[in-house]
Amino acid sequence: MNDLNEFDVVVVGGGPAGLGAACAAAACGRAVGLVDDTPWLGGQIWRGQKGRPWQALEWIERFKACGAKLLDNTSVIATPQRGVLMAEKDGNPCEIRYAKLVLATGARELFLPFPGWTLPGVIGPGGMQSLVKHGWPVKDQRVVVAGSGPLLLAVAAGLRQYGAHVVSVVEQAPRSSVLQFGFSLRSHPSKLWQAARIKMGLLGVPYRCGAWPAKAEGSDNVGSVTLTDGHKTWTEECNLLACGFGLVPNVELPLAAGCELKDGFVQVNEWQATSVTGIYCAGEPTGIGGADCALVEGQIAGYAASGQPAPAESLFILRARWHKFRAALARAFALRPEVKQLATDSTLLCRCEDVTVGQMRQHTNWRDAKLQTRCGMGSCQGRICGAAAKEVLGWGMESVRPPILPARVQSLIVKAK
Amino acid sequence: MAEEVKLRVNGKELTVAPGTIVAAAIRIAGVTRFRTSLTGFPRGPLCGMGICMECCVTINGREHCRSCQTLCEPGMEVRTGE
Repeated sequence: MNDLNEFDVVVVGGGPAGLGAACAAAACGRAVGLVDDTPWLGGQIWRGQKGRPWQALEWIERFKACGAKLLDNTSVIATPQRGVLMAEKDGNPCEIRYAKLVLATGARELFLPFPGWTLPGVIGPGGMQSLVKHGWPVKDQRVVVAGSGPLLLAVAAGLRQYGAHVVSVVEQAPRSSVLQFGFSLRSHPSKLWQAARIKMGLLGVPYRCGAWPAKAEGSDNVGSVTLTDGHKTWTEECNLLACGFGLVPNVELPLAAGCELKDGFVQVNEWQATSVTGIYCAGEPTGIGGADCALVEGQIAGYAASGQPAPAESLFILRARWHKFRAALARAFALRPEVKQLATDSTLLCRCEDVTVGQMRQHTNWRDAKLQTRCGMGSCQGRICGAAAKEVLGWGMESVRPPILPARVQSLIVKAK
Repeated sequence: MAEEVKLRVNGKELTVAPGTIVAAAIRIAGVTRFRTSLTGFPRGPLCGMGICMECCVTINGREHCRSCQTLCEPGMEVRTGE
């Protein structure tokens, strides 16, 4: 075990919020450790060398120069006691000690079950973007991008750059909401510019609002998707279906650390402090607001965790602006009831344990369903089905047990000692 | 720029660009079935960011490795769950 991992401030997550927090804390002279479970910096949103926005490059450079220590490829698996994180790096256990902790664990995509959603080739849009940046071949592939959120357009534009044939982009939100959201971007010039650039990259690709996937078909890989607007249905041939219905926060670690949640998000005060003394949270776990919002919140958390209220306070106005953007985002891309009811009784909900929606419907809460069906007990630990169940059944996973990520038995034995 | 990376997917030799993740190498090798589900159906990556575990394969003899979070390295032996 490496006992050198002791820091004034430990930041978990190397995305915009985590980078912001680490740089801010380091600027205050604190010994900072940044833990990330990937081999690269920037989180999911800034992943990949190619096509990173200038802002990402700037912050990654700033981080590298700030003096913080990067603990990459390191997954936090438990919070055994205050001040200590148990982690695993390359399959080996390690302990990380902190005085203050900033949780910047980001978000994942929301997947809603529909017939065929378990076929290979049906991938989350953000996930597909990450895969493509790391070499997943899409040249001349027919891709349909479906689901919800501004990410769909960004992903479609990105896929096109890599030579994919984007057949169509299908957004479940009504056209009126999307237009209104576009209009609200006028108060965020950087976003407007981004939106315009994305639109330019998509010229000639149909962007269809008020429609969603009804089913996907194929044998060893997706071959087609049937789309609907509630009245008419049509089928598009495709080799890839990028489908996701927005983002859900990664709150497993905050929950395990004892942080209180409200409406599914980690509750924080103006200093980004959670209900647990000494633990801060920033970015998507506190509300889905995007990279710019996360960056500002992260810096505030980093300064606050270093006991420097003045520089934190100077960012409050900027944060308030991004919180307006965050609210507009939630309003515009609210999920319509139809997309929560796409699964039939035989559609799988839990992909790890192959539990169908029909089996789940025989129960009235997560605990019973878990005991009877094993849903959520597979290797994703309910991250996919727990979030889906909340939307589809109205109830889902409520608590977290260590290890937070699948870990080797050896690491757990060390933890028990 | 670093040299290209040579590895093997299900015994098939493959050369990929540096920075390629194992999941991409598997797809380049023509494989769509990363694992087989409990009830026998093919599965491939879903989340692409290390959460869903659908892309787990055996890398250098170690089972249940997330192929979407692992960079290709020279001489790697990758096995999918056919």
